[in-house]
Formats: sequence, C-alpha cells, structure tokens
Amino acid sequence: MTVEVRLPNILRPMAAGEPIVSAEGTSLREVFDDLVRQYPALRSSLLTPDGEMHRHLNVFVNDDDVRYLGKLDAKVGDADTVTLMPAVAGG
Amino acid sequence: MLLLARPLWDRVVAHCLDGLPLEACGLLAGREGEVLEVYPASNAAHSARLYTVEPRDVLRADRAARDAGWDLIGVWHSHTHTLAYPSPTDIEQAPDPDWHYVLVSLSDVEPVVRSYRIVDRVVQEEPVRTEA
Repeated sequence: MTVEVRLPNILRPMAAGEPIVSAEGTSLREVFDDLVRQYPALRSSLLTPDGEMHRHLNVFVNDDDVRYLGKLDAKVGDADTVTLMPAVAGG
Repeated sequence: MLLLARPLWDRVVAHCLDGLPLEACGLLAGREGEVLEVYPASNAAHSARLYTVEPRDVLRADRAARDAGWDLIGVWHSHTHTLAYPSPTDIEQAPDPDWHYVLVSLSDVEPVVRSYRIVDRVVQEEPVRTEA
C-alpha cells in the first residue's frame, strides 16, 4: 500500500524539503518504518527511543486522529493520506 | 516583527475573552511575519493554567491555510492571571522555531498582546504592528 504523507514545515528539512512524500505500509507503524528508511533524520521526531509514537506529534489518517485508531497499529490503505502535525501546547 | 491587522487582533482577543475563565488558544496563518487569517481553536486541556490546541483544530487550520496558499506561522494563547510572557511550559513545548508565539494577558482591565520568537528555548520579544 502506498500512502501520501503530509509533513509540517518543521519536519520538511528532514525529508529533503518535501511537503508531501510517499511511503509504503499497511499500518502506521509500517509507514513510519518506511519513512525512517527513506529519511533517517525523521526518526527522532516520529518515534521515541522505545519505538512508540512521539508524544509531541499529532497524526491523522485522513480525518481521523490515530490516538483513537490504535496509534501505530492504525490501519492504512491505498489512497489514504497521513498528515503529521506538531502538538501545540503550553501553559 | 509580527503584522497582526486590527480586525484579526480583535478576533484573537475576543476568543480569549470568550474562553474565560480558562485559557484560550488558536493558530495564525500567513506568510513572512504577516498574519492573514486566525483560526480560533478549542483548548483540549480545559484549563486555566495550560492549553493544548485541539488536534483536529490543528488539522483543520493547516488544511485551510494550505488551501489559501499560506502556512501556519504561529499560535496564540491567553494567560488569564499572569503577564503576556511565555511560561516555562510554553518555552519547553514550543513546536517550531519559525513560529510566532502570541501571548494575550487578561490579568488587567485592558488585554495585553505581545509576540515572541522561541528558538532553542531562548525567548525574544518582537514588535506587534496592527497596521501595514
């Protein structure tokens, strides 16, 4: 499965400056693995050292927040769009 | 320098006042230091001391900004009882060094709006202009 991955400005320098990239996978975990294979500099922004989803990242499959879809176990398919956004928070 | 035209400034402040007694937040879209649209958001933290821009609101704002040919260039939030200066949490969690961080203090009668850049946890205030 090939999905379109939309990157926020902050992550684009780690992906050759591209705003939209393609990645292979049937789950978000596989998509992230493929992204890291293509763009190793993305790893620390996507995943914790333990391999979990970074807590400062919001991830959507189409319109759905993956926190409600099993996080890295979220299923993805052809024609799906994965959008990465920074978590925006403070005090 | 951040250019935040008066009608947009008014919408930012109004959203903060509407959010009382909780902190309110939203996203700024535009280009090169000029805010061209503001997107009020829900504070998912539902707190008077913390804010989290509701993730779906981040997605919606990003899509709307991209469709208009803009970028998200910053975030605003209110401090209900403290000065318009980034808190340690704001500095720690600042998501993008290219963003403008607008603080709206409601601790006095008149709202105070200030803008900052936060790069590598170093805070620098920038002027806010409401007219080109």
